[in-house]
Amino acid sequence: MTENPRTLYEKIWDAHVVDRQEDGTCLVYIDRHLVHEVTSPQAFEGLRVAGRKVRRPDLTLAVPDHNLPTTARIDADGKELPIADPQSAQQLSALKANAPDFGIRYIDATDREQGIVHVVGPEQGFSLPGATIVCGDSHTACHGGIGALAFGIGTTEVEHVLASQTLLLRQSKTMEVRVDGDLSPGVTPKDLILHIVGVIGTAGGTGYVIEYRGSVFEKMSVEGRLTVCNMSIEGGARAGIVAPDETTFEYLKGRPYAPKGEDWDKAIAWWKSIATDPGASFDKSVVIDAADIQPTVTWGTSPEDTVAIGGVVPSPESFADASKQQAAKVSLEYMGLEPGTKLTDVEVENIFIGSCTNSRIEDIRAAAKVLKGRKKAANVKWAIVVPGSGLVKQQAEAEGLDRIITDAGLEWREPGCSACLAMNPDKVPAGERCASTSNRNFTGRQGPGSRTHLMSPAMAAAVAITGRLTDVRDLVEIQA
Amino acid sequence: MEPISHVNGAAIPFGRKNVDTDVIIPAHWLKTISREGLGQGAFEAVKTEDGNVFVDPQYEGAPILIAGDNFGCGSSREHAAWALLDMGLKCVIAPSFSDIFSGNAFKNGILTVALPQEAIDRLMEVAQTDPIDVDLETQTVTTPFQDRYAFEIDSFRKHCLLNGLDEVGLTLGKVGKIAEYEDKAASGLPFLAKTVASAA
Repeated sequence: MTENPRTLYEKIWDAHVVDRQEDGTCLVYIDRHLVHEVTSPQAFEGLRVAGRKVRRPDLTLAVPDHNLPTTARIDADGKELPIADPQSAQQLSALKANAPDFGIRYIDATDREQGIVHVVGPEQGFSLPGATIVCGDSHTACHGGIGALAFGIGTTEVEHVLASQTLLLRQSKTMEVRVDGDLSPGVTPKDLILHIVGVIGTAGGTGYVIEYRGSVFEKMSVEGRLTVCNMSIEGGARAGIVAPDETTFEYLKGRPYAPKGEDWDKAIAWWKSIATDPGASFDKSVVIDAADIQPTVTWGTSPEDTVAIGGVVPSPESFADASKQQAAKVSLEYMGLEPGTKLTDVEVENIFIGSCTNSRIEDIRAAAKVLKGRKKAANVKWAIVVPGSGLVKQQAEAEGLDRIITDAGLEWREPGCSACLAMNPDKVPAGERCASTSNRNFTGRQGPGSRTHLMSPAMAAAVAITGRLTDVRDLVEIQA
Repeated sequence: MEPISHVNGAAIPFGRKNVDTDVIIPAHWLKTISREGLGQGAFEAVKTEDGNVFVDPQYEGAPILIAGDNFGCGSSREHAAWALLDMGLKCVIAPSFSDIFSGNAFKNGILTVALPQEAIDRLMEVAQTDPIDVDLETQTVTTPFQDRYAFEIDSFRKHCLLNGLDEVGLTLGKVGKIAEYEDKAASGLPFLAKTVASAA
């Protein structure tokens, strides 16, 4: 046993401490900073007012994603189309101007590499294992799937990182979420993380960094790990992380920003050394049996409101705590659901397959597999598939997935955050339901009055076909 | 940032649990490139509910908000803190806060006070009729009825709040240590210390 056994998180933390104050607050170095148009304008303005520069523009990557429409961006002559919403246009042009002003690398809305920041980072090899990664967006937790310590920050912190390449932080507590065994056929990483959030609750991880451990994560693809880590914040944890391994190295090798040559060899050696030591202890441990997890959906307005698809809408009285009973009552009213209703009897009018949680190539493939040779149900009015980046889009088209999707009657769109938070024109109408592969089912999240049911891409595709919440295993044969 | 040491006044008895930042300020308000004016959009959906406390004239301009567990969960948008500031709030009292929100609040000079649920229940009651007093120096919340609750706060945050210190400025005072770290990382962790493009 190692003399002073440490967890993966503790090793990454220790390697990045620049200075430790007497009260325990640490100045921590940030290796990679992703910037998008929504949470950065006030930070750049702050730098300008104070006459400050960006300390390490080379460690920063800017890409627009939240406001962009997912309809065509260039016309038949290759000319860029204007953004209709003047406020969105202003925010997008602010980023486009701020990035070169401060010497930051910028991917434009019309570039093939454009996409959701949390899809672009790993895809470009910009996000690396063992790195500290931040972005003004809570789903930065996503990059933990590659073995990075990654977390969302506010705009003042964005300014702090731009100016100093550091953040003032206190070390978090450690939490292990261990899942051993095998996921049942038809159960995906999304079902797994929805189940985990249901178990720990939206505040269960507050103050902690989660390490996902056990054979389920070891066998999972990097894209699956990104999906799981992405929703750590829905469990209250600022960051979630899976130890980097051969699967990670295989994924990263040769990506544009991944280390090359001697640096690559050095990197592999260090990445192997940062795994949690045998005997290291966690402040909190949650153990889940993979066999217990079914395809899962949400019924309420909090990501912890999860239920297996075979179940019914719960009654508020079924919750032990009085405030949760009250919250459930309000949620059910907002969602227009009656306790005891079978989930598979709930009709759905809108489908959104996309977001930083589920818009990578494996997600598009999973959806296309269900949609292949089938047609969208008549009651489904709006169904869009939004790839996470231009490169995901290109790959999907090379595999013919776009045609499967459009043949089934769904729309194939341009990359961006889209209906996950409805800052762009993609909104769910008030009072209507959406089967969504995104990460939040909050009141009004997908548009005022919208009713969100979170689920996996395969499940959302199944809903598109049947027009109601559906167990994908009833629709397609799933191979073990 | 404005220094803050003492807050006394009406407290909005909201009390709701798991208030996410989408509820505090919905996404369509995030298209601004300024920090100002977001108070208008604060709690937009809640303001349409019957009998909600946010439109009660008694609480107009109140400096304190009382909420339930896990206040500020969800999105990292600092617009939530800016919206509260723009409403005139200086302090939020709740049993617990999300990590990102409490950081954002602190960086904007909003004091977040965590107290047990029993204390929250009592303060909710007092707030119906009377003001509440929050003193950062002594770390206590008191009412005109002799209720007295002590709260914990990180000593560094307390120091910054009391003196209105700007963290960016403080950190840039340590630029020597940052440069030293970068030198060490350049040889020890070269694959993190640069990106491929910066090496070229």
